Amino acid sequence: MNNVLVYCELSERNQIADISLELCTKGRQLATQLGCRLQAAVLGCNVKAAAESLYPYGVDDVFLADDRRLAPYRTMPHFDVLSKLIQSQKPDIVLFGASSVGRDLAPRIASFLRCGLTADCTSLEIGSHQDAKSGKSYDNILMQMRPAFGGNIIATIVCPETRPQMATVREGVMKKEILDPNYKGTIIPVSVDASLDAADKAVQILSREIEEQKIDIKGAQIIVAGGYGMGSKENFQLLHQFAHLIGGSVGATRAAVDAGFCEGERQIGQTGVTVRPKLYIACGISGAVQHRAGMEQSAKIISINTDPDAPINAIADYTIIGDVMTVIPQFMACYKNNLK
Amino acid sequence: MSFKIVVLAKQVPDTHNVGADAMNADGTVNRAALPTVFNPEDLKALEMALRVKDQMSDAIVTVVTMGPPRAAEIIKDARMRGADDGFVLSDARFAGADTLATSYALSQAIRQLGHVDLIFGGRQAIDGDTAQVGPQVAEKLEIPQITYAEELIAVDSKQITIRRRLERGTECVKASLPVLVTVTSAGADCRFPNAHRMLQQAKEEVRMINADSIDADMERLGLKGSPTKVKKIENVVLAHKESVVLQPTEEALNELSATLIKEHIL
Repeated sequence: MNNVLVYCELSERNQIADISLELCTKGRQLATQLGCRLQAAVLGCNVKAAAESLYPYGVDDVFLADDRRLAPYRTMPHFDVLSKLIQSQKPDIVLFGASSVGRDLAPRIASFLRCGLTADCTSLEIGSHQDAKSGKSYDNILMQMRPAFGGNIIATIVCPETRPQMATVREGVMKKEILDPNYKGTIIPVSVDASLDAADKAVQILSREIEEQKIDIKGAQIIVAGGYGMGSKENFQLLHQFAHLIGGSVGATRAAVDAGFCEGERQIGQTGVTVRPKLYIACGISGAVQHRAGMEQSAKIISINTDPDAPINAIADYTIIGDVMTVIPQFMACYKNNLK
Repeated sequence: MSFKIVVLAKQVPDTHNVGADAMNADGTVNRAALPTVFNPEDLKALEMALRVKDQMSDAIVTVVTMGPPRAAEIIKDARMRGADDGFVLSDARFAGADTLATSYALSQAIRQLGHVDLIFGGRQAIDGDTAQVGPQVAEKLEIPQITYAEELIAVDSKQITIRRRLERGTECVKASLPVLVTVTSAGADCRFPNAHRMLQQAKEEVRMINADSIDADMERLGLKGSPTKVKKIENVVLAHKESVVLQPTEEALNELSATLIKEHIL
């Protein structure tokens, strides 16, 4: 009762999807703060190993529904099992990925339970709230932050009166982090009853086409881009680590791509893709006009460069004068510290 | 009995054309300064509905929206493009509704139409991007849903086949009717208004429906029926400031990362 529950999605290879591991990491923080258990729901077929792989993320209980009708994902069978599970377990908070699965399932569950649901949250915190009208105060409730109105405002949403409090979060927004490799959780089998038959018949999958995972940086909210100034393919690895830490994607200039530092799909500029992230970190990029054309609409730009007169600095909000190979690790350390 | 199709639509502020005066000084949205548009994915949903109608001689397409009286503009637009009928749910008692209260009002309005075979809607509206109302209307009407639809493959009076988007790929699904379908921006573009229909529709009034006409529990409408509350609104600063030049000292980098976290950028 009153626990934090994460609905886990499965990858095409029947492993727990990254977004769900990110949610478990966040869920662990919330559960620790609330002094409750972190629980996960895994619905699929032959997924016991996947369920057990959640323990290191600090998951205490895994509700496991294993049935061939639950894979691949379809709305009605998952809705049938999960809505009953939530009704019986009465969690305080339920988290879903803001993926094509989570955004399909979560609203239907919220409608059924008549509770609130906040889509695409970028931050989740525990806090208190006082209702302006009634004066009633609420402690230990979920503060759900999300961008609204084309990203021009950030709204904090609360659901003081209804339970569970539900939210969806996009992949890459929260960090995925192992709590303890030896953490011990428990599997709680969920029996799937005959009512699944009706749900099973609602929608039939005739065929599926799974695409190779492509690199696509167009939708990234944060981009760490490298130029020729990165020096080598090996040095470019640092950008991948940096991007992973802050939930961003790696981009590059044409010069860096031509030099073989990274894949062509990452090229930003006139001959590459145009991006408009909320944060663009230009590392060792001089800022040729062709490159700037593909990124100058970024909401916030940071340039890290040894050259104080690099053209990119003119459009940067912040310019850090220094060598990328020393500045980036320094910045990563500061960022980790400030998150605590 | 005719084949009934409902299209859920919304008139939205054009967030893709946000000007400098779009935000008030207090961080609230200055709706008066924004042009309104037919929500783009709802137009894709209308097109899919009209393609079903093209194949079914007895199909009737009804467009349903909720909003202020001027939302009648999109009903007129939809009729000029080929919809048969439409109405606006407009009442102060609907105001302040979140997706739960909105889906309740819409589902009650749809119930008044009697048996409905197909419901289409855009996956999401550009002013909220929640993608919640479609699935919530389906749940309230106790019918299945097909979200993220991209293409109508086949339809007859009993079933529909749709190609829909997955996280990495697509799938073809078949459902018995009735079912609710939400359409993404990858759907076919909507046909243009037809000149003959424009003349015909110019004088047609758009029906306004209030909360008393949909057999609703008033406690479940509007702000009262909305579990989500907005606690706080913060402005995101978009304008470029003058470039701040930093030396890579521990202190400077620490302050920068703290600022970015505080401003919701990192």
